[in-house]
Amino acid sequence: MGLEDKLNNDGFFTSKINELIQWSRKNSLWPMPMGISCCAIEMMAAAAARFDISRFGSEVFRFSPRQSDIMIVAGTVTYKMAKVVRKIYDQMPDPKWVIAMGACTSSGGMYRTYSVVQGIDQFLPVDLYVAGCPPRPENLLNSLIIIQERIKNGEKQASELV
Amino acid sequence: MNQERIDLIKLKLTDFNIVFTDITGTPAINANPKYIINICKILKTDPDISFEMLLDEMGVDNFKKGIRFEVVCSLYSLKFKDRIFIKVLLDDKNPEMPSLTILWKGADWYEREAYDMFGIKFTGHPDLRRIYMPEDYEHFPMRKDFPLLGIPDSIQLPNK
Repeated sequence: MGLEDKLNNDGFFTSKINELIQWSRKNSLWPMPMGISCCAIEMMAAAAARFDISRFGSEVFRFSPRQSDIMIVAGTVTYKMAKVVRKIYDQMPDPKWVIAMGACTSSGGMYRTYSVVQGIDQFLPVDLYVAGCPPRPENLLNSLIIIQERIKNGEKQASELV
Repeated sequence: MNQERIDLIKLKLTDFNIVFTDITGTPAINANPKYIINICKILKTDPDISFEMLLDEMGVDNFKKGIRFEVVCSLYSLKFKDRIFIKVLLDDKNPEMPSLTILWKGADWYEREAYDMFGIKFTGHPDLRRIYMPEDYEHFPMRKDFPLLGIPDSIQLPNK
């Protein structure tokens, strides 16, 4: 009677806490900007006054991997730089997401050559690919919103699926 | 650069058996790698010629037997506003030439690039190592027999 009938015995409170955790995670995704090349300029534009990324919760760009949730890889990754990117990714605590921004990180971009990694998904688990060369700041904000909705729906991040 | 200055340069460099050629309008000297330091020293320090500035030093791969590689040095004279190219012809088996860092400090990274991309060694260079590719890379990318898309698995990616 009463409260126990309203609650199903199989974890009503658990799911509510789950939603609370998801809500807090999605609204405070602090990015680790891996700004390597030209896409970094558009990422800076997305963080500046006109297209404000802190509206969506990414208040600070933590340049420390230990204090960030999501890594935005912006720019061409060469084989020599791939080790560094992977090292920084390994230092981020769980849960972590990765956005591959631009054409160069998605597939090598216009550089079909011996020194550029043809897509960072060769060595990193990627959640979302953003198309563009460089993608407009609104495109990057849209990608952040998509990741926020995925977190809300409870989907696993790519680092767990590997 | 008029004929008078070309004759003056020929006069100063008669000991070294140079050949005067032309690269798209700019005069060029074909030099032997043994005498390159002496030639460049005269070109740099002589007050009537005074090519004080080294603009660029590039490697070239003409994909043929015998004389395969060239190193082209581009010199500029601030006093007389003249340019000249110096071509050093190097062979296929062991392309080596003395380093120009004793005359121009700026030749340091140019020669590192020529070593990284073509495999041309510069004797007397203070720090000859690769500048673009990883230090333990085994191939020379700008040679004409290197495939355009690279050799698979020649550089290891970190694991996923």
